[in-house]
Amino acid sequence: MANYSTNEFKAGLKIMLDGEPCNVLENEYVKPGKGQAFNRVKIRKLISGKVLEKTFRSGDSVEGADVMDTDLSYLYNDGEFYHFMNNETFEQIAADEKAVGENVKWLVENDTCTITLWNGSPIAVTPPNFVELEITETDPGLKGDTAGTGGKPATLATGAVVRVPLFVQTGEVVKVDTRSGEYVSRAQK
Amino acid sequence: MADFDAWQPTASMDSLRTRAQVMAQVRGFFALRNVLEVETPMLSQASVTDVNLRAFETRFSHPQSSQEQVLYLQTSPEFAMKRLLCAGSGSIYQLSKAFRNEEAGRFHNPEFTMLEWYRVGFDHWQLIDEVDALLQEVLDTPPLEIVTYQQAFIRYCDFDPLDISLAHLQQQTSRLGFNDIAQSETNKDVLLQLLCCELIEPQLSQERPVALVNFPASQAALAKLEPEDPRIARRFEVYYKGIELANGYHELGDPQEQLTRFENDNLLRQSKGLPTITIDNLFIQAMHQGLPDCAGVALGFDRLMMLKRQSSRIEQTMSFFIDNA
Repeated sequence: MANYSTNEFKAGLKIMLDGEPCNVLENEYVKPGKGQAFNRVKIRKLISGKVLEKTFRSGDSVEGADVMDTDLSYLYNDGEFYHFMNNETFEQIAADEKAVGENVKWLVENDTCTITLWNGSPIAVTPPNFVELEITETDPGLKGDTAGTGGKPATLATGAVVRVPLFVQTGEVVKVDTRSGEYVSRAQK
Repeated sequence: MADFDAWQPTASMDSLRTRAQVMAQVRGFFALRNVLEVETPMLSQASVTDVNLRAFETRFSHPQSSQEQVLYLQTSPEFAMKRLLCAGSGSIYQLSKAFRNEEAGRFHNPEFTMLEWYRVGFDHWQLIDEVDALLQEVLDTPPLEIVTYQQAFIRYCDFDPLDISLAHLQQQTSRLGFNDIAQSETNKDVLLQLLCCELIEPQLSQERPVALVNFPASQAALAKLEPEDPRIARRFEVYYKGIELANGYHELGDPQEQLTRFENDNLLRQSKGLPTITIDNLFIQAMHQGLPDCAGVALGFDRLMMLKRQSSRIEQTMSFFIDNA
């Protein structure tokens, strides 16, 4: 893998730090009038998800990380692994629980997810921005109520819990924003 | 910025009006004190040896010469202004453009405006008082506080930066969270500059402007050493709200010592694999004529404007930034 110098640290560059692949978020140039220049770099560690700041001397270089994103369809969970498939080549990839993490609650069969691969192995799974899921349990709400009164909790088919308006009932399919975990609307069906 | 409005100024018209007002205010400040405004060349045949500065180069095609001449854009007007002082100008100031390659960011544009002035007969303490007066007038600041380099390191880094061994300094730097640099850096000044940038500057001057004084002799640049304590130099830096604003000296007057420092810069350049720089002979000649006892300071005018306008980025104080210059 190529080495990258601090002046190539753009947002989105993937580099290795402490043995972990990281995504560069921000790179700020710092230099005293008389003295060495530094780069204060904000980084997200891709496995732990931790965001941290690290200072480099300008001109320092670090190893790039062989990280790529690929869009795959979610197939099923065999109890241990989550299986995804490339719809064109039919090639399959299995991600473990650690890679899926909290996003397990947004995995819907046949939805296209972004799988982040490091040296060919999945380290993160990002669901689509919006998913549609059936409500399996929610308190019966008041008739005639419209959105905006705070709503009520509803459990979805995957186990995710979101706040929905009072008029939405068990058995209905709702659209949810996976980035915020918020209800968007009833599904258009 | 979207492409369709890339031609637009990076400063608001209001910001440009403030800038013009402050320029007039600065000229008034010096007129009142009988300091002469001067202009010196931005293009020069020689450049600076400072290891951490890189000058822009250009080529001059003389109409009566077949050979092109390399000229440098000045990184500061210091040498030319000192030649004026050696020629008997008395106290002088200049508001001019300066150019530094490889510098761009929130607080840097490769082309920027410098306010530089020299006071004949002043030492650095008197000049710090004058910087304070200027800041109070322009920014309405509370009185400036003086903190020594040693005090600042003891307060924010919990160790004494003078007389420290490289091994001990590496250990301290590592303890303070910069293990990678601590392990690979063998230049003590780079480690001290790292800690100063990351741990001291951001905390030092939030309430009032601070003059950090008594820099280590190894970072004297063009300042006299302190006769009473040769570990430190008569150099100061002024900060306000974490921003480095100005750098000043009780100016070194000894031409031989000056030449030695330039030669040492070039040795350091060689050890780092950087090109050596031809020493400015006209400046050294002038120093032999005699630099009057004086103190001088360079203040970043665009940063002064950032503080005046509470701008978060330097381009908000200048008509156009390097990205759309």
